[in-house]
Amino acid sequence: MTAPPAVTDRHALRLDVEEFLYQEAALLDAWRLDDWLALFTADARYEVPSTDLPAGEPATALMLISDTRAMIAARVKRLNSRKAHREFPWSRTRRIIGNVQVTSSEGDEIGVAANFAVYRARRDVSVYMGQYRYRLVRDRESFKIRFRRAELDVETLDAHGTLSIIL
Amino acid sequence: MGYRDELVVDDRRNGIFRINRALMTSPDVYDRERDALFDHCWLYVGHESEIPRPGDFVRRGVGGRPLIFLRDAGGTVRMHFNTCTHRGATLCREDAGNTRIFQCFYHAWSFDTTGKLVITPGAEAYSPRFDRGQYHLGAPARTDSYRGLWFVNYDAGAVDLREYLAGAIEYLDLVLDQAADGMRIVRGAHLYSVKSNWKLMVENSMDGYHAPTVHATYVDFVKDSGGGQRKAALASGRGIDLGHGHAVIESPAAWARPIAYWEPFFGEDARDEIERTLARLIDAHGEERGRRMADTFRNLLIFPNLIINDVAAITVRRIEPTAPDRHSLQAWALAPAEEAEGSAALQRRLDSFLTFLGPGGFASPDDVEALESCQQGFAAAREVPWSDISRGMASAAGSQDELQIRTFWRSYASLMDGAGFPERVTGIESPEAAADRAGSAPARAGAAR
Repeated sequence: MTAPPAVTDRHALRLDVEEFLYQEAALLDAWRLDDWLALFTADARYEVPSTDLPAGEPATALMLISDTRAMIAARVKRLNSRKAHREFPWSRTRRIIGNVQVTSSEGDEIGVAANFAVYRARRDVSVYMGQYRYRLVRDRESFKIRFRRAELDVETLDAHGTLSIIL
Repeated sequence: MGYRDELVVDDRRNGIFRINRALMTSPDVYDRERDALFDHCWLYVGHESEIPRPGDFVRRGVGGRPLIFLRDAGGTVRMHFNTCTHRGATLCREDAGNTRIFQCFYHAWSFDTTGKLVITPGAEAYSPRFDRGQYHLGAPARTDSYRGLWFVNYDAGAVDLREYLAGAIEYLDLVLDQAADGMRIVRGAHLYSVKSNWKLMVENSMDGYHAPTVHATYVDFVKDSGGGQRKAALASGRGIDLGHGHAVIESPAAWARPIAYWEPFFGEDARDEIERTLARLIDAHGEERGRRMADTFRNLLIFPNLIINDVAAITVRRIEPTAPDRHSLQAWALAPAEEAEGSAALQRRLDSFLTFLGPGGFASPDDVEALESCQQGFAAAREVPWSDISRGMASAAGSQDELQIRTFWRSYASLMDGAGFPERVTGIESPEAAADRAGSAPARAGAAR
């Protein structure tokens, strides 16, 4: 790991990261999924571990979601269809992101942790809350997502029934 | 109230089968199910691989009761009711773990892993006639296992598990024999609830008719990934009554199976290993049975509430009713023990599992939507009282027909009437109506009532 940047640089980096996460959340809340998909690198992954095993890894445990870039694209295609019945019509979502921390910086890659609460409204309101873990890479003035993982704090999906939205 | 005829109409003469929607909404029916089904049937609890070492335990709510499923200090698999015999507090408050002792947090009564009461703080304050032996943990009337799958029965007079499983044993073996070295449950569970009556999930879990519509996006995904080469697979195969309410759809694999049916989704690299697995299955079980294990889908119901779907992977799904209009689900991935953690084979299995199955899959969320939308529709049950399950009564039941669902309902209605399991259906259910078709008479209007 390289030496930690100076304080002001760290603040500037965190602000850049926060802005990126807020923009990403806005794309998801607006169901602009094709634009969202464009944020990922070609080797990207998106993971959500099972609720009973938040530290679960896809090589050893049953996850809720373990997507390669191709699977993320397939997920977007499905959600854009009128035949993804759980999400037709689309639910309304609202994402609140906070406690954003840059946890590592190595080469072109930045590790990020952030808290989230994703509210989903359709017939009922349910809340998915937990922590994001990202690995972002610098891309001109902004970032691309190489790794995106949402670890849920809810013990079960009893209130939610499914995980049909993108967390 | 008679369930047969009144609420479940099985009109064999006309080839009509209907169920009254009150069965999905009524609190009285829900209460009766506890007595008539869940207090007498063998209910799945867990797999022995979940508790490999002495002292390992998991908590499960089964048939409405809180259970601790554990391996005692001597290595014996046991179940205890998870309630302190002193005043009732929940004894074990962790979902899983390993222990030598269960100490109640309320007054510190403590029990060893065999359920024996070993510590009562301030024991000298009890009467000399107080008999600790009366206060060991409660245990269910019957527990038994079939090849690592553990079941409970709250009825001491129930038939043995093997007898209960009846024709389902053949299909359980077709699943379990895929492993060279036994099966295990992969860590991590899908825990979720659906706002519908539990019986809708039973129906849906072995309903071939809905796949092309509800799962259109999944079928598209399979095509996009170069799979689904057997175009007619979803429409072929058959539904079978296995006796005692158990049923199965068996059909040619419509897409990739990690055990031994390669499609491009798995990648070229995987081809050799999957071919070797197929060769091993054929070597061990013969050409026909080996290919059947590798190459067919099985959607299996163990009556009343265990689903084993051996499709894009193997899922063990336990359905627990929680209210007339709600049920919870626990679903696990079952894998051959030889597919080690970190192996490419296990990775393929889990990846394949997640494409279709589970709350975040490309298919299961749409099933949940279908079930919840039915339950909402039942609000009009007074005016629109019947659901129809007649498909395939006047022909040899194919995999898109509904014989396997009728099999559930026939046993359900008979047990709810206190009459035991009905005769197994082995031929065409409505030969008279079939004869009509053969004579190309117009379809009968078939007024069931």
